[in-house]
Order: sequence, then structure tokens, then C-alpha cells
Amino acid sequence: MKMTMPNSIGWIAAAACAAAGLASTAAAEDAKAAKEQFIPLLVYRTGPYAPNGTPWADAKQDYIKLINARDGGVNGVKLTYEECETEYKTDRGVECYERLKGKGPTGATLFDPQSTGITFALTERAPVDKIPLMTLGYGRSESQDGQVFKWNFPLLGTYWTAADVLVQEIAKREGGFEKLKGKKIALVYHDSPFGKEPIPLLEERAKLDGFTLVKIPVTAPGVEQKSVWLEVRQQHPDYVLLWGWGVMNSTALKEAQATAFPRDHLLGVWWSGAEPDVKDVGEGAKGYSALTIQYGAGLSKVQKDILKYVYDKGQGTGPREEVGTVLYNRGLIIQMLSVEAVRRAQERYGKGKPMTGEQVRWGLENLALDQKKLDALGFGEMLKPLGTSCIDHLGASYARIQTWDGSKWVAGELYEADQQIIKPMVRSAADAYAASKNITRRTGQDCQS
Amino acid sequence: MNATSTASDASGALMLYRENGQFKTSYAADQQLLPIAQDRWFMVALIAFCFFAVPLIASDYVLRALVIPFLILTIAAIGLNILVGYCGQISLGSAGFMGVGAYVAYNLTVRVPQLNFLVVLLLSGGSAALVGIAFGTPSLRIKGLYLAVATLAAQFFLDWAFARLPWFTADSPSGSVSTNPIELLGWRVERPVDKYLLVLGLLCLLTLAGKNLSRSHIGRSWMATRDMDVAAEVIGVRPIVAKLSAFAVSSFYAGVAGALWGFIHLGSWEPAAFSVTMSLNLLFMIIIGGLGSMVGSFFGAAFFVLLPLLLNRIPGMLGIDLSTAMKSHMEAMIFGGLIVIFLAIEPHGLARLWAIGKEKLRIWPFPH
Repeated sequence: MKMTMPNSIGWIAAAACAAAGLASTAAAEDAKAAKEQFIPLLVYRTGPYAPNGTPWADAKQDYIKLINARDGGVNGVKLTYEECETEYKTDRGVECYERLKGKGPTGATLFDPQSTGITFALTERAPVDKIPLMTLGYGRSESQDGQVFKWNFPLLGTYWTAADVLVQEIAKREGGFEKLKGKKIALVYHDSPFGKEPIPLLEERAKLDGFTLVKIPVTAPGVEQKSVWLEVRQQHPDYVLLWGWGVMNSTALKEAQATAFPRDHLLGVWWSGAEPDVKDVGEGAKGYSALTIQYGAGLSKVQKDILKYVYDKGQGTGPREEVGTVLYNRGLIIQMLSVEAVRRAQERYGKGKPMTGEQVRWGLENLALDQKKLDALGFGEMLKPLGTSCIDHLGASYARIQTWDGSKWVAGELYEADQQIIKPMVRSAADAYAASKNITRRTGQDCQS
Repeated sequence: MNATSTASDASGALMLYRENGQFKTSYAADQQLLPIAQDRWFMVALIAFCFFAVPLIASDYVLRALVIPFLILTIAAIGLNILVGYCGQISLGSAGFMGVGAYVAYNLTVRVPQLNFLVVLLLSGGSAALVGIAFGTPSLRIKGLYLAVATLAAQFFLDWAFARLPWFTADSPSGSVSTNPIELLGWRVERPVDKYLLVLGLLCLLTLAGKNLSRSHIGRSWMATRDMDVAAEVIGVRPIVAKLSAFAVSSFYAGVAGALWGFIHLGSWEPAAFSVTMSLNLLFMIIIGGLGSMVGSFFGAAFFVLLPLLLNRIPGMLGIDLSTAMKSHMEAMIFGGLIVIFLAIEPHGLARLWAIGKEKLRIWPFPH
């Protein structure tokens, strides 16, 4: 008999065995826990985006510690967590998701992938595994349509609401939308799904308001931008919108300084407006404005509680002085909304019980945080009231402009995105997605479940 | 278990690994892929194990996060090994060719949804082969590092094309594409086990094909070109045929692997999934695994896919509480260190270590 396989396939078997062993020990550890709610934390504390990823990750962990220390969990259910390093890479993110999704007595509560690329990959898997994805301020813009994207929650903002608010700010500076006619706005963007997301909305607004849109991509991670800013110089736009993340932001600001592009005509998205982005540039970034999701830097009630219950006891995740920075605060908002989704789900499915991903999804879809509740949570100054529904997975679309004065971020005006323009675009993009995936829109009844 | 008993157990088992008394009575028997009977039995058991036992014992995590990416990258590594290891043409563009496969497969499924996925795979491999031939033509004039630079240009061009030409992503505004579940003659490839079996089946077929190709006259012409191209020409090997066929076959493998990477592993991807980092990783895989060796491609892919994840999890398994960042730094440091150590011990890669081990076993316990 003629054998036709090289013996190399042995490696597969060996690998599979070793890996199976790993997984089974992990499962055994989990079985003990009962009244626990497991929250997976996908983070990046290393790699090119680490300066921005770290405060975000620290805040998410600190808030869990606060809830456990101050309130004893959510109605007595302790919150547990495990971090997994993604390095902002899609394939590592998928591995982390697979690693953590089954942990805890009821599996993962929800995932906040902290990356648009990973979000795209997980959007396909979440409905199968019945775990919601929360992408506050990032991810797929059309996923605010909860009738098609049952498992995605881009709470408080998408790139379309961000782009819309930025155009509103420019219009305000120019003295009205009609003054935008003939103006030239350049979008300097991270060449990835994250950076490309705002383009459809900006194109729509360009048509509507009569300005010209110039799109200038920056190759990730964006440490080399000489040619980009040369092009900005040649094009001579009135405003530049900066859609960067991590090291790309500070590089862009340095290049803007080097090419003498006026910094007060440079506007960033909310991922381009944190301390690590401007700190190194200092005075050079003076006058640069960026969005923030409702609240920028500062110590409000919840941060003071964290200092008291977590940092004073030596339990803090990061350095103490990082508490209250822009991205730290955003991490707190994300984790607060996750915890509130669990609390909301408990109201329906049983107080004091750990919730499954499916139940948390209902909680996320029925969030109702009025001013009183926000005050009680310590977020009264930070957020406006918000509420989600089956149709609207956004909750609220406010964003604030903040300006760097050379040493700190100064909060400016609060805008609300114009849903008149965004809603129809969301609807048609969601319909296109539904058609390609053979999804039918959820009807009234499915919305109740 | 003490050392003596281990040794005697081992000798009992290993005495079996010798070909005494296995006489070849025909050329066919002498030339078969696995001439030693024990190897054949081992292989049968192994394949049976992979197809029947692994689906029963492996968890979803193991299949989806470890085994499937490992199997797919093995296909890509075999393809690159054909080009670099067997034909001696250094390529830094393999991820670009994987991208061609992935995007062609995506476009075919979007534009011609009724097409069978196996046909899609063949066509995406075929398209990658054509692109590979086109970018392989410089190899007819330039060699070595210069060729590496030329193929690097291919990588950058393809990266650019996927990111900039909207046709490839079917006008997706964000530049990322997402796939639908695969159906093969009524078999819905959706569960991790289904995906695993599909990829495993393809890997077996492609490994077999690659092994046989490398033993055929065309494989010999590749190796002759690799060892000395002038001498190969003198004995009648046509460099244009040898080099371009290596590029075609290699890119075909890369294309199939790319389509599987996109459809089976990621499900949804952005152009960065097929960046130059992937190309470099594939090249390192075959260098660590062993150039010009099928088994080396398996070792290399395993080394690169499984080892980092294992290193990342070892502190947790031992109960050592390290910060997430520290674990990640340790992973990078130990992984880098292991690459240096393995290459220092055996510059010809893990496959050579494996071959030495087998050679020692055959004469054990009576080395000359």
C-alpha cells in the first residue's frame, strides 16, 4: 500500500492536546464561583497605542474595584474580571475574545474591544455566542440601528455623530452653515476602518453645505507624516480634521507645528484629544481643539470615590495622578454603563443573580439613566441623561469641544449631533448590511425580548 | 517514574523503529513517501486522530483560537517554503498574495453568491498564482536580496491596492469586509468543528500535493535552480519555467491560505490583516521551521502561532500574578530569545532537529 502523508501532521495532534489541557484547567477554576459577574477586559498596555490604551484600561478596572469595595458588587453579585492583551491587533483580539467569553458562572457580561478592527471581527461572532458588544464612541456607525445590529451598542457616540459635531463647530466659528460654502476641509485619518468611518458622513455634509472634502490617509501607526503635511500645505485647507489614535496624534501636531498650519484650525475626534496626544507638544499644540464624549478631564464625584475607596487602600490599578485624565474618565463612563446594564438586567431577570450575556443585552437596550440616577452614581456632572431602546442603541449623541491651552484641556461648548442627517444614513447602511447578511429587521415583538 | 524505567520503556518502543526485514521488492515500494512501515502506521494513526479524536476532545477555544489559525498558516508556510526553501527565490510578498486570495474570494462570494466555496478557493488560489507569476518575473533577472526587495514592492503595491481601490472591498466605506457563513453542498461550515475539519482536509490535500510536486521532475528543477542556477541551465532546466512555476505554485498556496484566513479564521478583516508583518512572520516561520522541508512548515507555523499564546498564559497557569503589560513584554522577550537559541543550536531549523532525532532513533541503541 502506498502511504501518502508526511509525518509532519503529528504536530497538529501534539498542539491540540497541549492546548486542550490548558483550556480544561481554566474551566475547572471557574466552576467554583457562583454569585459572580465576570467582565472580560480587552486591553492594550503594550504596542504603539499603549499610552492611550493604559489609562482607559486602568479606569475600567478601577471602577470594578470601586463597585466591589463601596457597594459590595451589584445587588450583592461581586464583579470579577480578567485582562487580555490585544496589542490593538485583530487576530490577538479574536483570541482574547475566545479565551474569555466562557469564563465566570454565566460567561462574559459584554465585550468592549477598544478597537474598531477587533469590533468588526467580533460583530460576526457576538450574535452566535450571544454576548453583547459595547463600543462607546467607536465601532460601526450604522450599528446604532438596534433593529439590525441586535448585539452592538455604540453608546453615546459614533464616528458619524463625531464628524457631524465637528462640522457644526466649524460652522459656528465661521458664523453659520451657509458660510461653509466654498470652504475646504481636509480629513487627515488613520488608514484603517477607524479612520475611514467618518468619510460617508463628511461626504454627505460636503454635498449639503457646499464645502470641499480632501481626504489624506496616514499609514498606521502614523509615526511618519512628512508627506501628509506637505500635502496639507499644498492643498491649503481652511480646517483640518484629525482622525488619529495613539502616536499618530502627537506626530500630527508636531508636523502641523513644523509646517506652520494654524493649530486653532485643527480639530480632532475624541480619540485625538487626550493628554498623551498633546503633552509632548505642549505649547506647540496651544489652540488645538478636540471632541470629548460629554466630559473631558477633571475630578467629579465618582473619581473622588475611587481615590477614597480604591487608591487610599493601595488598590489602584495605575498611578494616582492619572485619575481624572480624559481617557481615564472615558474608561469610567464605559464601565459604569456596563455595570448599569447588569443592574438593569437584574431588575428584570432577578436581583442578586449573575446575568448572562443575553440578559445583559436586554439591560443595554433598556438603559434609562435620568439625572437623579446619574447623580447617585457620581456621574451627574459628567453625563447628560440617556436612554436606549430597540431602535436606538446610541442613547445620546452629545459631544463637547475642548481646547488645549498649552498645559491642560479647557472644556468648551456641548453640541448634539444632527440626527436629521444621520438617521437616514444609518438606516440605509443598516439595511445594506441586513441584506448582505440575510437579517430581517427586528419587529415590535422581538424588541420586547 | 524514574530514569531507568523511562529508558527501558523507551528502548522497548524504539527498538521497533527500525526497518530491518522490510524488503522493497518493487520500485514503487522503494519510492513511496514513507518507506518505513512504522512511519506509515504512525501517519495513519495520526490522521485518524486528527479527524476523529480532536473534534471530540478539543474545546471551541482550542479550535478557533489555536488550531485553525495554525493549520491555515501552515498552508501559507508550505507555499512560501516551495518558493524559498525548494526554489531558492526569497519572497517578502507572501502576505500580499494571501490578500489576493482573500479579496478575490470575497468578491466572488459577493458577486456570484451561488458559487461553491471549493470553486471559490480554487479560483482565488488561481488568481493569486497569476499575480504571483506577474510579480515573479523579476526573478528571471535578479537574485537573492535584490529579488527580496522586488517582492517587497509587490507587497506594498498589493497593500495599497486593497486599501485604495474600492472594487476590492465592494465599495465598503470603512475599507473592511465581512463574510457570510460558508455552505458546501448542504454542509454549513459554521461550528468551529466544521471549520476545523474543512481546513484540516484542505491542509492534508495540499501537503500531499506539495510533497509529491517537490519529488517530481518539476520539484527537482526547482532544487537544481536553488542549488546553482547556471549549472541547472546547463543540464537543461529552463529557468523561466522553474522559477515562474515555483512562484505560481507558491502563490496558489498563499491565495488559498489567504481566503481561508479571511473566511474561516477572521470572518471580517481590514487590509492590515495582510500587511508586511504577516509576510515577515511567514518568512521567519519557514526559516525557524526548516527551509526546503514540509515538516518544517508545520513546525514553523506552530512555533509562531502557538508558542506566543502559550508563553502569555504560562504565568497565569503557574499562579504567578503578573501585570498584563509585563506578561506581554515577557512573551516578546522569551519568544525572541527562543528564536535565537533554536537557530544557534540548529541553523537549519526545527525540521533538521527532527531529522537528526529520527536518524538517532533508527540506530539506537547501537550507535556506531
